[in-house]
Amino acid sequence: MEWRDEGALLSVRRHGESAAIIEVFTAEHGRHAGVVRGGASRRISPILQPGAQLDLTWRARLDEHLGSFTVELLRSRTAAVMGDRLALAGLNAVTALLSFSLPEREPHPSLYARTITLLDLLGTSPAWPLAYLRWELALLDELGFGLDLSACAVTGAREGLAHVSPRTGRAVSAEAAGKWADRLLPLPPALLGHGEGELSGVARGLVTTGYFLRTRLAHQLGNRPLPEARQRLVDAIARYSAPSA
Amino acid sequence: MGEATKDIEALIELMARLPGLGPRSARRAVLHMIRKRAQLMTPLADALHHVAATARECLNCGNIGTADICDICQSERRATGEICVVEDVADLWAMERAAAFRGRYHVLGGTLNALDSIGPEELRIPRLIDRVAAENVTEVILALNATIDGATTAHYIAEQLEGRVKVTSLARGVPMGGELDYLDDGTISAALKARKAL
Repeated sequence: MEWRDEGALLSVRRHGESAAIIEVFTAEHGRHAGVVRGGASRRISPILQPGAQLDLTWRARLDEHLGSFTVELLRSRTAAVMGDRLALAGLNAVTALLSFSLPEREPHPSLYARTITLLDLLGTSPAWPLAYLRWELALLDELGFGLDLSACAVTGAREGLAHVSPRTGRAVSAEAAGKWADRLLPLPPALLGHGEGELSGVARGLVTTGYFLRTRLAHQLGNRPLPEARQRLVDAIARYSAPSA
Repeated sequence: MGEATKDIEALIELMARLPGLGPRSARRAVLHMIRKRAQLMTPLADALHHVAATARECLNCGNIGTADICDICQSERRATGEICVVEDVADLWAMERAAAFRGRYHVLGGTLNALDSIGPEELRIPRLIDRVAAENVTEVILALNATIDGATTAHYIAEQLEGRVKVTSLARGVPMGGELDYLDDGTISAALKARKAL
């Protein structure tokens, strides 16, 4: 068995003295693991940093085997995020959430494309927190827990949407929410892709996506807790968006 | 197989477990030691016996020494108000080899890693925060590896110490004797960002 593809590195784990087991998110083969011989060596280990874009060749005798990768670095994203606390938290959250949620060896080409775009924005564009929020929506959608934010679930109105129902994942307008507003989740313009993507809006949007990641996605995966890396990003965004005293 | 050969085989098996050695190289090493019994094997056995009995982690910084508090922590000359934070004892030894730092150290014992469930409590981060308060520290130098995990840990520590003490990190860029042509894109861009006036 052999294939060649391109992918982003999600995680690395040392295997024995000189090898490493890596997990990558590829365009055509989804989340895939394999051994990199010499992956712990001085020559290869600097390449194997989470977020790195790699050219991968996977080989195994049988398809169900773990197999081994030959890797070549296409693009490193380490330097772009290293000095940026928030972007680094973003990179860790993206790779941890993909490792946590994607089924192995199942292609998700549209999510892959969005992920690569987001990874390229990290540390290079101030718009990445908004892109991250939209990416979490796409992740939910791709895994079958998409939110319907197109119209109010009660009135059908397309304007004045301000909340999300925690039960149905559908938008609710401020008018229809009435006295139930405090039981609904926030729907800031950032979640609809509107506005300038201020951090405060992104932080409110993450409350909503976090709710569905936790109660639907994580629940489906055996009620495992969401990766800590996501919470660290949420905390960091909340801190940066808080007005300074 | 006689008893004596069994003992030697057992020694070879133990040596083969050491990093960098396999069964073949362990066999060669044992054979060499047997041939140099007086000059090498006996002193080595004595040293191993002694270190096995006395080696322990410094209760203050995590360095390895033969007392509860290591020589560096005990030395008054090293109380410069600077603490250099490293990931591992091997990194501390590398810093000491360079002889460029005269302050004290703090060995974390790893880096934050969500995949392996290594959080701040698993590292010596709470102890570092205590030391900053207790030892009149003026600067904490983060000498962690230039990896994603290293940077995540460095940012976490910097956040924890914010407002308490000056926190700096090692510069990143072109290594001594390095040629630009052979450097990866990341190192070149980091070096460019960290450029300074001549």
